Amino acid sequence: MAVQRELPATMAAPGVPSHQVIAFAVMTTFFVVAPFFIYPIFLMNALCFALFALAFNLLIGYAGLLSFGHAAFLGTAGYVSAHAAKVWGLPPELAILAGTIAAGLLGLIFGLLAIRRQGIYFAMITLAFAQMVYFFALQTKFTGGEDGIQSVPRGVMLGVLDLRGTMTLYSVVLVIFLAAFLFIYRIIHSPFGQVLKAIRDNEPRAISLGYRADHYKLLAFVLSATLAGLAGGTKAIVFQLASLTDVHWSMSGEVVLMTLLGGLGTIFGPVVGAFVVVALQNYLAQLGAWVTVVQGAIFVLCVLTFRRGIVGELGRILKRPL
Amino acid sequence: MFQLIGVAPQALFSQVLVGLINGAFYAILSLGLAVIFGLLNIINFAHGALYMLGAFVAYFLLQGLGLGYWSALIVAPLVVGLFGMLLERTMLRQLRQIDHLYGLLLTFGLALVIQGVFQNEFGSSGLPYAVPPALVGGQNLGFMFLPNYRAWVIVISLAVCLSTWWAIERTKLGSYLRAATENPTIVQAFGINVPRMITLTYGFGVALAAFAGVLAAPIYQVRPLMGADLIIVVFAVVVIGGMGSIMGSILTGFGLGVIEGLTKVFYPEASNTVIFVIMTIVLLIKPAGLFGRVQ
Repeated sequence: MAVQRELPATMAAPGVPSHQVIAFAVMTTFFVVAPFFIYPIFLMNALCFALFALAFNLLIGYAGLLSFGHAAFLGTAGYVSAHAAKVWGLPPELAILAGTIAAGLLGLIFGLLAIRRQGIYFAMITLAFAQMVYFFALQTKFTGGEDGIQSVPRGVMLGVLDLRGTMTLYSVVLVIFLAAFLFIYRIIHSPFGQVLKAIRDNEPRAISLGYRADHYKLLAFVLSATLAGLAGGTKAIVFQLASLTDVHWSMSGEVVLMTLLGGLGTIFGPVVGAFVVVALQNYLAQLGAWVTVVQGAIFVLCVLTFRRGIVGELGRILKRPL
Repeated sequence: MFQLIGVAPQALFSQVLVGLINGAFYAILSLGLAVIFGLLNIINFAHGALYMLGAFVAYFLLQGLGLGYWSALIVAPLVVGLFGMLLERTMLRQLRQIDHLYGLLLTFGLALVIQGVFQNEFGSSGLPYAVPPALVGGQNLGFMFLPNYRAWVIVISLAVCLSTWWAIERTKLGSYLRAATENPTIVQAFGINVPRMITLTYGFGVALAAFAGVLAAPIYQVRPLMGADLIIVVFAVVVIGGMGSIMGSILTGFGLGVIEGLTKVFYPEASNTVIFVIMTIVLLIKPAGLFGRVQ
């Protein structure tokens, strides 16, 4: 009988494990309740970065590709969305869409070139490409150079949701975040996601099984870039600003930190990591450059002693992947 | 006054000179990266911070001990090299057995810590460091004015680069090193202390960065973020040259410096991006870089 009772649980593995459903429910409840206790602007900032980190983690955690240039996608989408909303006068949903598509196209171009190399080479090539985007943003007129694009109108979403109301804006950001989260969850658990993991773990074997590894990696790269763009576009509308900070290479480092701290290759890790990092920056802001030192120290600590990250360690203790 | 392809020769030659100077720094830094990458298989993201550290140590030696440029040129690389060996012993060594990407992440964190500490102490502005008295002034070559110090930087960095190449490619010690990159276990079995060699190699690569820092101090001032901006360009140089190739990093370093300088003359808008554009083209044609071996 014992066997009988246990079997369905293991057989049910292809479905959504119950502990992940619980974790998702906890997360969603937290975000629904949080704005009544925590400053909503801070929360929205954290949500945008959490989405960015989720997109990044899709690539490193599931395809094993460390991109050190993801700021390019966040920043480019920010500029395009801000421009679309301010200069073209597009409604926010179309502005964000424009930014997302722009990031996806950029991801396609970078991906085509970058996936030709692996490991450290891949990291450095993405970093160098992102630097190209940075200089482009610094020099062209449409990005506003050092000033960025300021006072971007938030507008009215879908013709009914006036985003000038903080709570309306928060709800929209939360819906975007949750939708993207579920989308990423779906990707990871699809056959496509399984092939990605196979390629991550043993690329030659996956190729010998007949999978065209480069196609899978490219698609993962484009998806990750597109979702990072969604984060960047949303962020530009929320903060009414697109600036050089988001395309600078230190932003690429920050998203690595968020993901590493939360847990590489975990589903909830990037969200936790993003919250911790954004909170650190928020509360240590008066300390100036010490924030950098603290971030660097966390990096070192994570790599040396804590490679699973917060959620990874938690999952290990609970013996359940989170 | 004749014109050369529509550009005044003074402007052209002075930009070529600036390019050669930048190229000298690219070459020394990417050489250090290549040496470290060869044996440790780590992209030393802290390289820019250690370059900055070299410049600061030179500054401290002058302010605190009254030691001038010439002694700093020897002492600063030694100090920073020892610091590097300490980092290797205490931290990098623990990552030997796992994915090399963690080495990149660790050194990235170290770079943030080192740069952050100096930014807190000294802000973001530069501290002046005087050109040594023996190298003040310059030569009038007729077609342009060549400052002595800049000529010295080009000559000494070429000398350092070439002797490093000679040491690695033509000496017995170098052959041990190259053998250890191929198969550390067998080299160890021949009675060579590979872990010690790794520590010394890291120290040497780091010392090269610090040496470049001292050379840079009189030209670019001593700034906490002087390495942060440079290192990304050096990474691009490394990708173009092909990782781990000693001669490749020297040639690409100088070559790209000059190309960058020429771009400043003919199409200034692209001068910041030209290296990255070249990188893209090279990757399209030769994914392993100009001098790199296919993995």
